[in-house]
Amino acid sequence: MENISTKDNLSEIITVNMGPQHPSTHGVLRLVVDLDGETIVDVRPDVGFLHRGVEKLAENRTYHQFIPLTDRLDYLSPLSNNLGYCLAVEKFFNVKIPERAEYLRVIFAELARAASHLVWIATHALDIGAMTVFLYAFRERELILDMFEIATGQRMTSSWIRIGGIREDVPPLFLEKLKEFVSIFDERIDTYERLLTKNRIWLKRTVGVGYLSKEDALSYGVSGPIMRGSGVDFDLRRDEPYGIYDRFEFDVPVREEGDIYARYQVRVEEMRQANRILKQALEQIPEGPVMTDDPRVAMPSHQEVYERMEALIRRFYLISKGFKTPKGETYACVEAPKGELGYYIVSNGEERPYRLKIRAPSFVNLGAINKMAKGAMVADLVGIIGSVDIVLGEIDR
Amino acid sequence: MGVMEHKFSDNIITATVDGVINWARRSSLWPVTFGLACCAIEMMAVGASKYDLDRLGVIFRATPRQADLMIVAGTVTRKMAPVVRKVYDQMPEPKWVIAMGSCATSGGIFDTYSTVQGADEIVPVDFYIPGCPPRPEALLDAIVALQEKIKGNKVLRK
Repeated sequence: MENISTKDNLSEIITVNMGPQHPSTHGVLRLVVDLDGETIVDVRPDVGFLHRGVEKLAENRTYHQFIPLTDRLDYLSPLSNNLGYCLAVEKFFNVKIPERAEYLRVIFAELARAASHLVWIATHALDIGAMTVFLYAFRERELILDMFEIATGQRMTSSWIRIGGIREDVPPLFLEKLKEFVSIFDERIDTYERLLTKNRIWLKRTVGVGYLSKEDALSYGVSGPIMRGSGVDFDLRRDEPYGIYDRFEFDVPVREEGDIYARYQVRVEEMRQANRILKQALEQIPEGPVMTDDPRVAMPSHQEVYERMEALIRRFYLISKGFKTPKGETYACVEAPKGELGYYIVSNGEERPYRLKIRAPSFVNLGAINKMAKGAMVADLVGIIGSVDIVLGEIDR
Repeated sequence: MGVMEHKFSDNIITATVDGVINWARRSSLWPVTFGLACCAIEMMAVGASKYDLDRLGVIFRATPRQADLMIVAGTVTRKMAPVVRKVYDQMPEPKWVIAMGSCATSGGIFDTYSTVQGADEIVPVDFYIPGCPPRPEALLDAIVALQEKIKGNKVLRK
């Protein structure tokens, strides 16, 4: 890697544009790549092609109205985003969430993690040239999306986690389907592993490529599987537990190698651990209400709205006028599939946030791409982008 | 296409030029992979195992030069708009456009300074699919509707 000689008279640095219309930039990322022959000298990401002004929109929305916008940040795992945002707003009030809602939140968040990692393994393998994994992984993703549809009525952008709990209780069919899913998912992960883990082409393309050292991982502030693939043993679910994550037994996979293969192994293991948490949650989940009875934030259920006039008025009031938060600021973060997803809300005591800042994991992780790609071959760049697992929705916001 | 019996020897089928060309065009619609946002994931799902677009002859191409259909799947921002137009211009005639999802149809919930309020401000759109994101069946329906539309094309007479 040290042999890159930019001063050599024979070599000439050429600048190549990649994206924003490129099949393996996972959306609308543009990279400006400086090449010395086939070796990458420098990569400069150009973001903003999907800037939709979400943070600005938040300032004109009531707290409840903003939830659907969080879905569209990291659209591979909308329910994790809902969760992070709701936790941040709930911090204003110290709302007590009912037990059943807490368990359903964990179930939704872990299903979202599995769904997100399935898209990652599908597209990442497709970029490198393994088409079969794509078809298998999307088959399982459809199972998860079907479950979301049973519970929430939407396949992807479900907006189901609400401030103070869950919108409505899940139908019994959801838990049945979930039981079915957790019993087969481990086996299905084995199938992907059989296709990739010892595949010679896969190893050639991933081992030792896209190296990110532990020090760089920390100084760039990357989080999630990339950080754990570089040997940093940190997971918000275990180290700063939110919700009821401290009640579950799960391992945090860590690899020391810091290359694409290490990140691959971390994510595959995370899918297994997600399944493990789902199994435990299924066993422990109690009956009961799913929305807090705290009158400041609680949204009346559909049943109540149909039966009682007061509930209807309350619901209308909560949606259109919103509730006031105390003056101050709060920050809540969750371990989203991509890393640490944080919401920082500044309130000046009104129904709308004064400022809402989203700490998007993909954005920070993408910052380290220059470090990973320097010295690699140009053909490896698609593998590196795939291993960072970016989602442009949350990078550009 | 039809068969005129006892006029020619075996295995000869007569058809109009329009019929043959339109049949060829509608049976091999190749869309350019143009995923912009959330809808792109549903677009991928349509191409994957459960819905399987390949059986309609729809195969995603990575370059506009080989494509005759553009599925605008996602929010078109002001920064992205010139790129959308450029990709559309690079596609060879005849070409069609499907605006997938609320954002590409009308801007959707993103009525902000940075979003284009619908892909039809930039490129001519043949079909609009509502939904945020639309179900895979909705995209399949749009593609089948587009195939029906192509059936009525007049190739030789304008």
